[in-house]
Amino acid sequence: MPTFAELKSNLKKDFSRFQAARAGLLADSATQLLAQALRGAGYEQQLDLTVVAGDTGEGEIERQLLDSRLPELVIIYESVEKLFQRFQQSPARESFAAEHLERVRKFISAVPGRLLYLNFPERDDGVFGNFASKVRGSWISQLRRINSGLANLAQEQANLFICDLALLSTTHPVTDRKVAVTTDLLFSIDFLPVVAGSLVGIIGACLGRFKKCLVMDLDNTLWGGVIGDDGLENLELGELGLGKAFGQLQAWAKQLRERGIILAISSKNDERIAKEPFERHPDMILRLSDIAVFSANWENKADNLRRIRDILEIGFDSMVFIDDNPAERDLVRRELPELCVPELPEDPVDYLPYLQGLNLFETAQLSSEDARRTERYQQESQRHALRSGFADEEEFLRSLSMKATVEGLTAFNLPRVAQLGQRSNQFNLRTVRYSEDELRNLKGPVFAIHLEDRFGAHGLISVAILEERGDEAFIDTWLMSCRVLKRGVEALVLNALAAEASRRGMRWLVGEYLPTRKNELVRDHYERLGFARAGGLWRLDLRDYQPRKHFIGSPA
Amino acid sequence: VSILEQVNEIFRKVLDTPALLIAASTTAKDVPEWDSLTHVELIVALEKQFKIKFTAREVRKFQNVGEMCETIAQKMHAL
Repeated sequence: MPTFAELKSNLKKDFSRFQAARAGLLADSATQLLAQALRGAGYEQQLDLTVVAGDTGEGEIERQLLDSRLPELVIIYESVEKLFQRFQQSPARESFAAEHLERVRKFISAVPGRLLYLNFPERDDGVFGNFASKVRGSWISQLRRINSGLANLAQEQANLFICDLALLSTTHPVTDRKVAVTTDLLFSIDFLPVVAGSLVGIIGACLGRFKKCLVMDLDNTLWGGVIGDDGLENLELGELGLGKAFGQLQAWAKQLRERGIILAISSKNDERIAKEPFERHPDMILRLSDIAVFSANWENKADNLRRIRDILEIGFDSMVFIDDNPAERDLVRRELPELCVPELPEDPVDYLPYLQGLNLFETAQLSSEDARRTERYQQESQRHALRSGFADEEEFLRSLSMKATVEGLTAFNLPRVAQLGQRSNQFNLRTVRYSEDELRNLKGPVFAIHLEDRFGAHGLISVAILEERGDEAFIDTWLMSCRVLKRGVEALVLNALAAEASRRGMRWLVGEYLPTRKNELVRDHYERLGFARAGGLWRLDLRDYQPRKHFIGSPA
Repeated sequence: VSILEQVNEIFRKVLDTPALLIAASTTAKDVPEWDSLTHVELIVALEKQFKIKFTAREVRKFQNVGEMCETIAQKMHAL
């Protein structure tokens, strides 16, 4: 964790290569240092974050929420100190929490886009002692009601994100009492990097930056000892040695897998020996079915990580690599600087709490497809194997027996459409990221494409959105999961867009490519599909459109 | 290294003024970067450097660098 002084020194550095973002910061106490910490923490996460902070007097939050220049993303920080003052002055203490939650509801509807709200650290008022829980109108009871009410609100409101100060305060002191009393700075200097890092993590996740894959070493990382030397029965797992610590680390990885993080193994071992514990050790929690890519050999780890990246078709910046060996960590950091390689504590019992505290796997969305991701990647390696058996591309595509459905936006696919929009970086023509709410309010037609083949369902793999502009159908969004590149899905989608635009009486399909650091892949997308360049745009005349050939059928 | 020299070094770092030279008589008025916000950062940095804790009254009362150094010396002596 960087210090506040380090974050502050970041402010003078060069942000120009980073993705830009703006956030409003509304608070009831001084924000200058928090604003500096946020921009500095943005630098650490390669984000050019501009923080717009206003005055902090009484009623300022409500007043500033009316300002039409408010950025899409708004952070509201109400301090526990001011909350407590209001509680003390409240005539109806038993309904204090309900009233406060009502106020937060108003904030949610007033922000133009997403709201990041900080919940409250526990603070004892020393009035009722342990009896406070039995008293509905006690500060402790009301404070906890507010925090659990905020969690309920966040589950119900897609645009509300909670920065969990209550949780952060269990490992970091929030306030420097002397500073809080003599000034209006309610976060201690040492807490500023903690809360700023956490907020920037949420902002990054909202912008579609999150880790998708955890790559793990085996010996002395997932178990104690060296499988090749110590043998299966002597590994520290279960009750043996520090086995409990390694077991807990595995259980954490398994929970991440269930949540949708892809697990991979990179180990210097013979593959057969390395797999043995996964197959036969009774105290192993991770099994081979949890692992999407198992890479055990004697090549260098950077090469292995490149291979894993190629199979998964994700960026290095969405991968985390954990290894107990400092030399391996060093090598990987040097060769693959984009990859996240946490330093590990000296004592293996500290690995897990340390990694959990780093908050590596922040996200802004979940969908039920997340849980099936490992299975899909395992299917993907089977497809890789099949492909190598065919000399001819067409024959391979036919052999897959692909079937696709194209549907509009439904309550069921809405979270998936939003999530694919957040995740897609490479095959994404304009990289416009819509929240669920924004999608719901779009005027033009949305195309959600699902694909399956003989190895299983890919789920939602492509999204396109048209916007009617007179006789032109402007392609506002066209994105696709890179897992289904070179399958002919582009042709299928283009046919669907052309048909819908013609049906609505439009003559032109108009596309645009907005370059980002990651979407080089689709620079020539419209040219390949027969569009003609017109200024900065691409146009396709629908009067003589011939549907393009592909090998994807419709479901029976 | 005297307390004043160490304090000067902290001031340079926190205020980001590598050439800053302070004396016992220096006050916040003499140093443009020394405002109420950086004052808090200075106090916290000094507490860490000398492994001491100031009281809230001390923090409010400091008139100049000399008083800071004296308080630091007393507290270090008491350890």
